[in-house]
Parts: sequence; C-alpha cells; structure tokens
Amino acid sequence: MQGWSGWADRGMKRSAGNSVGRARGRLIVVEGIDGSGKSTQLHLLDKWLRSLGLNVFFTEWNSSDVVKEITSKGKKKALLTPTTFSLLHATDFADRYERNISPLLEADYFVLADRYIYTAYARDVVRGCTPSWVRKIYSFAKVPDATFYFRLPPEVAMDRILEGRPKLKYYEAGMDLNLSNDEYESYRIFQSKIVEQYDGMIKRDGFAVIDATLDIEEQQSQMRQHVRRFLPARFATVMPEPNGDSTK
Amino acid sequence: MTQQLTSRPLRFFGEGISYMKQTESKGSLIVIEGPDGSGRSSQIDLITSYLEAAGHAVVTTGLKRSELIGAGILEAKHKLPLGKKTLALFYAADFADQLEHKIIPALHAGYVVLADRYIYTLMARSTVRGIGRVWSHNLFGFAVTPDMVFYLDVPPEELFHRVFQKYGSLDYYESGADLGLSDNLYESFVLYQRRIAREFTMMEAKYGIVRVDGGRTISEVNADLQQRIDVYLKSRS
Repeated sequence: MQGWSGWADRGMKRSAGNSVGRARGRLIVVEGIDGSGKSTQLHLLDKWLRSLGLNVFFTEWNSSDVVKEITSKGKKKALLTPTTFSLLHATDFADRYERNISPLLEADYFVLADRYIYTAYARDVVRGCTPSWVRKIYSFAKVPDATFYFRLPPEVAMDRILEGRPKLKYYEAGMDLNLSNDEYESYRIFQSKIVEQYDGMIKRDGFAVIDATLDIEEQQSQMRQHVRRFLPARFATVMPEPNGDSTK
Repeated sequence: MTQQLTSRPLRFFGEGISYMKQTESKGSLIVIEGPDGSGRSSQIDLITSYLEAAGHAVVTTGLKRSELIGAGILEAKHKLPLGKKTLALFYAADFADQLEHKIIPALHAGYVVLADRYIYTLMARSTVRGIGRVWSHNLFGFAVTPDMVFYLDVPPEELFHRVFQKYGSLDYYESGADLGLSDNLYESFVLYQRRIAREFTMMEAKYGIVRVDGGRTISEVNADLQQRIDVYLKSRS
C-alpha cells in the first residue's frame, strides 16, 4: 500500500499547473486523425531511440487493461453519452498516467505517446463537451516536450483508411453524433471537425506540425531532427545529420 | 398529485451538459449523504414510503449502481490497486451515466429523486487521498445541483460498531486501508472517517449541506428529515 500511494503522489506534484518537476525523462507525443500515419512515425522513432540504447516506453490511447473491458462493453451497447465517453477515456488515460507515464518520466525514460490529451480535447469537444471542462479534467497531465501533429486533409486520410479496413466502427465513424445516416459520410464530417479542433490547437498548445502527405522517410527525418535536442550529450557526435546525411 | 408541477431550468455545478435536450426539472433532487452505517438506506426507505403515500412519484439512486460501469468498478478494485485520479474518474463516469440516464430524465418527468449519496462523497474521498478540491469541483461541472442535501453525522466510534454489527467486517476503502493511516484497522477506520467528516464540514457552507445528527434513533432522525423535506416541497408547489 505504501508504494502505491507513494508513486501516485509524485505523479500529482508534477501536474501541468504547478510543475516544478526535476524529471529528466522526455514526453513525446503524436497526434492526428486516423490514417495520418502518426503511429508509423512513432514506431520508427521508437526503433531509433532504442537503437541508441535509450530507455523507451510506448503508450497508446485507450489501452489500459483495467479500463478497456468496461469501455468496450459500453461502446458495444452504444450507451455512452459524450460525458461518459469523455470520462471513460480520461479514466483510461489517468490509469496509464499514474501507472506508467508519470513514474517512467521520473525514471528518465523517453515516453512515446500515440495520442495524448489533445485527442480528448478534439474528440470530446466535437461530441459536445464543453472545451473548458475537458481541459480542466486533464490539467494534471504533464505538457509534452514535443507534440507532433500529423496534418492531413480528411479526404486523403479517408482514402487511406478505407483502402485497408472498409468496415467502420460505430464511435470511430462518429455515428453517435447523428451527422449522417451514411457511416462513410458521417466519418468524413466527423474527421473534418476533428481536424478543425486540432488546427485550433497548433498555436495554443505549441504543436510541431508535420505535413503527413510527405514521404514517410522525410517525415521521420523531420521528427528525428526535432527530437535530437532531447538526447543526452554523448550522442552529439554520433548523431546522424538531418535529412539522412550521416556521412560527414 | 392533482396540482400542476412547475418547471424550472436545471441548475449545474459548472459548465453543465451543453448537448442535453432535457433542460427543465419538474421534480426535486434530494440527497442523503453520510458514511456507511449512518442510516442512509433506512432513511431513504422511510422517506420513499412517506412521499409515495403523499402522492409523489419517487425514484432512488445511489453510487456504484450504473449498469454500464458499476460492476466494472468492483472488478477493477480487486485486480490491482488503481491510482487515485483513475479511481476518481472511474466514479465520475459511473455517476455521469446515472445522472444522464436516470436522474435527469426522472427530474424532467417530475419525480422526487432520492439520492443515496452524491458527488460530495466522491469529492471527500478524493480530497482525503490528496486530490485537490478545485480539480474535483471542476470535474463535476456537469452535475445537477440538488435541491436539498443532508449529511447524517455519526461519530466514527459509533459507526464502527454499527458497521461491524451489520457486516461483521470493515470495507477496505471505507476504512481508508489504502491510505496506510494505521496498522490497526479500528484506528484506521476511525482516523479515515474523521477525515471524511472534516471534509464534509469544509463543504457545508459552499454547497449548502444540511448537517443532521444521525446518532439519534431512526424515527427521531426521520422526523427531523421529513419535516425539512415537507417545508421544502410546500415551498415548491
């Protein structure tokens, strides 16, 4: 019991509002709509950091074991309201935050998050939750060291998604919003609204915008260039140069 | 009931629920707060019978009862200890489910909703575990403000005997065992309940919570509550 309250305490002190944390870990986040390629990019970054021998932890939106079962049960029944939907995702996030993200940052890890609080800011607000309420709920979460926003026109994302996986899930398509009876049309409108929300956060939340229509290698190169600054000093000389020019 | 129920806008703690279509209440939300063993359920049974006899439609609600999430909370508790923010959000989700699917529709339809605990218990539990009061208050910005809130006040030493007689053991979280206050379960229980009670004292003025002496007999407490509820319901009609 002692240990449990111990680590939860530390997580709270380093909240976004009054953070004076001396944690040396780095939090790197990718955001963007489905099909923007953000997961692929984070995977490549993960491989790179591990290849340098750094401690890396990867965490994904809506993936807590404890919460997953309950969330998916509710989702199947299509009983979730925007508020319960929001709170269940916040529960999932808090579990991963208190259990993994916060202690691992304390332990000097690179924590890589495939979606973070900005996903909630975008989705919950599109679903009808009040923006200020959503932001207050997540106020305990550390502001990332870097947030990469993979920006892509919804039509392009849609083509990518539908190519591989023609069946859309109920909430994924935003069917709970009654945007359209056609799930593809609903999906398109829903994703456009998400993009609007993300675009509004670029300045406010300091996103590093990556053009997700570029080649995978080019996007990765931009990402690594940005992340270089967080690497320990001993990597200053062995680092590959930006744009893949590592021969000099 | 022969008289026409008057409609008024629902009041919320904060932002409210902007997408909601039912924004009027014809009913009343009456909350009974208090620790386990304080006699909440006995009082709710008595008040329900009394109000129904007087012609009011009554619905009761409580924490941990939502179909969507309720069972999951218990499972999760047993598997592995949850962090305090996680637990707070879990309970908030469960509460929101009941609020939107049960409490608000009932208020809209003109029921008297008797709540066996409400967000005040959730906030008090969070605060004694180190979560900031402001965060908890903001979290419940979507909650409907009750028309009346009672807190059944019983000294922790007395509670211990009542709970032990009824269940033969103490609930892990209700004893604050997760807080490591004492190796002795009795001591832990008393210390924990004292902290919760202190938190209710802190909340009294801010949230208009009416403290009722729960150390009296069931019928004495009931007469007290009933009288206050009568006055309120008369003022409404």
